[in-house]
Amino acid sequence: MDIFIQQLINGLTLGSVYALVALGYTMVYGIIGLINFAHGDVVMIGAMAATMIATALVGGDPTVSAFAVLAVGLLVAVPLCMAVGWTAERVAYRPLRRAPRLAALITAIGVSIILQNLAMMVWGRNYLNFPQVLEPRVFELAGARMTSLQMAIVLIAALLMGALFAVVHKTRLGTAMRATAQNREVAGLMGININTVISAAFLIGSALAAIAGMMVTTYYGVAQYTMGFLLGLKAFTAAVLGGIGNMVGAMAGGLLLGIIESLGAGYIGDLTGGFLGSHYQDVFAFVVLVAVLIFRPSGLLGERVGDRA
Amino acid sequence: MKFAFSRSALLVALAAGSLVSAAHAEEIKFGFAAPLTGPQAHYGEDMQNGLTLALEEANKKGIKVDGETATFVLESRDDQADPRTAVQVAQQLVDEEVDGVLGHFNSGTTIPASRVYNDAGLPQIAMATSPEYTDQGYDTTFRMMTSDTQQGAAVGKFIVDNLKAKKIAIIDDRTAYGQGLADEVEKAVKKAGGEVVRREYTTDKANDFTSILTNIKAAAPDAIFFGGLDAQSGPMKRQLVSLGIKAPLVSGEMTRSDTFLKLAGDAAEGTYASLAGVPLDKMAAGKDFAQRYEARFKTAPGVYAPYAYDGAWTMITAIEQAGSADPEDYLPKLAAIERKGATSEHIAYDDKGDLKEISVTIYEVKNGKWEMVETMVSEAN
Repeated sequence: MDIFIQQLINGLTLGSVYALVALGYTMVYGIIGLINFAHGDVVMIGAMAATMIATALVGGDPTVSAFAVLAVGLLVAVPLCMAVGWTAERVAYRPLRRAPRLAALITAIGVSIILQNLAMMVWGRNYLNFPQVLEPRVFELAGARMTSLQMAIVLIAALLMGALFAVVHKTRLGTAMRATAQNREVAGLMGININTVISAAFLIGSALAAIAGMMVTTYYGVAQYTMGFLLGLKAFTAAVLGGIGNMVGAMAGGLLLGIIESLGAGYIGDLTGGFLGSHYQDVFAFVVLVAVLIFRPSGLLGERVGDRA
Repeated sequence: MKFAFSRSALLVALAAGSLVSAAHAEEIKFGFAAPLTGPQAHYGEDMQNGLTLALEEANKKGIKVDGETATFVLESRDDQADPRTAVQVAQQLVDEEVDGVLGHFNSGTTIPASRVYNDAGLPQIAMATSPEYTDQGYDTTFRMMTSDTQQGAAVGKFIVDNLKAKKIAIIDDRTAYGQGLADEVEKAVKKAGGEVVRREYTTDKANDFTSILTNIKAAAPDAIFFGGLDAQSGPMKRQLVSLGIKAPLVSGEMTRSDTFLKLAGDAAEGTYASLAGVPLDKMAAGKDFAQRYEARFKTAPGVYAPYAYDGAWTMITAIEQAGSADPEDYLPKLAAIERKGATSEHIAYDDKGDLKEISVTIYEVKNGKWEMVETMVSEAN
């Protein structure tokens, strides 16, 4: 039983990160119908920038407080990612807004490759390590262990998701975003500045990506320029699992995917009698995805939206 | 008379022309392929630097091949650590008419590529450590490092005999290297009387191991062996500590790197890793190598640079002895090579192309540094 709880905790931590990244995918998809494949690389840039700042700070003064390191990292990573996300939209996606959807998709893949190579040029090919400024406290819960860092990740992710939910449902900007998602032309006719709304979606998504990147690099201690690809793919999967375009779906899909992966890795070997090892955890996650899509083609919480499904 | 003179001048010019082209023919090209982009690019760079240093030194020395001063050139290709790309770049190198191959880096890429080189009759000295590489029956395959069979046997024995571990959990990353090493360790552990209580798997792209480590924790092993890369073992060690697992982590030479120390941070303490060869700082030639390397590349050599350096010099020496860069001429010399290198006093190959001298050193992280615990040197049987 304690193993099961431990696996749930493992999955919850992983899933929180997925959920934050999945929100970026789903917001952009909901509003302009674009699968922004470069989003995972924005996470990577957030992770790399935060790591670089932290390394520089700790290198200059080893007694610097963990809070200062994280705060400065955040102050650099978030605006940087927002700038990257905004620029990508302004330069690469906006001119293609009326082009066939495939053109925009390929452009997104192109932006992803460009961001990876830029990161390689700036930070090199080596793995960067996030200095150990945090001394995670360990809590025992029914035989399972959860570190303060894991708790912080889950809590911060939950808070951010709650805040985003409030923005989308309680503010003028949120109303404008929802209106644009429903029908861009009509929203424009109602006096909503479409470009501002779309830019806002990219800015918010990128800010969340920066924070997710910081979570990944502080938790695992590693950042490298290729890390965004797999993470982005997983988060995209989470968004599809929950119903792409639906924000609550992205959150649920992220958490669910994290837990499925963790339980999959934990139990698949025993369940198949050693035939499939724990490295099949991704296969397991995708089998669940396919199964969900067979019965609910638009994802767990997705609504059938004609041309967007 | 005047006419005749100009004709002989023409002849001289022609002869000079052919001389120039003859001198040009003494440019000896070595093919090199390794991951130069992607998550393993840092290994590829390390290896490439080692080779470059050897070739630059050989060029400075003015080695004579067939009476002409030879210029050694490295044809670099990026195989992205991907077996399919590896076969493509291998074919490219063959088409470029290289005279020998120093690569690839990974076992997974070296094995499929070795067939291409063997078909073209090209001798190949690779960093690959997986036993399969030299088990294919090719006469063109040689190694830069001790193979996993040799290393795994030493490590398995160390875990049971020196660490006094009875119950061992084994993880590998399902690459030809990680799996190969883990399998050999498993065999050796069982042979030495240990028990493998849990076998888990991951991939060479993962950085979350909490699920498999939770399972391992439940099996309560005395030691954990991981066959894989430092990009995985670093975060893995951190997660071991945060899950409260006290059993020591033992791993192969990919983990014995500064990258591992950086990635694992304080959690690195007490990790063991094996490495082929005797430590660089224990050998006169090793210290000297490190100095030259640092002077050239402004950074300390990684794990693989000295082996790459020795591999390149072994091929150059065989060509020098044969007086020809034609594979048919220098392959027998390579197979029968006997030389002193930076990594070993005694570089020689057995009939499969494995290094005759098995030297494995076990290191432990103490106070944030890799420190030697034990060296095992023996002649292969």
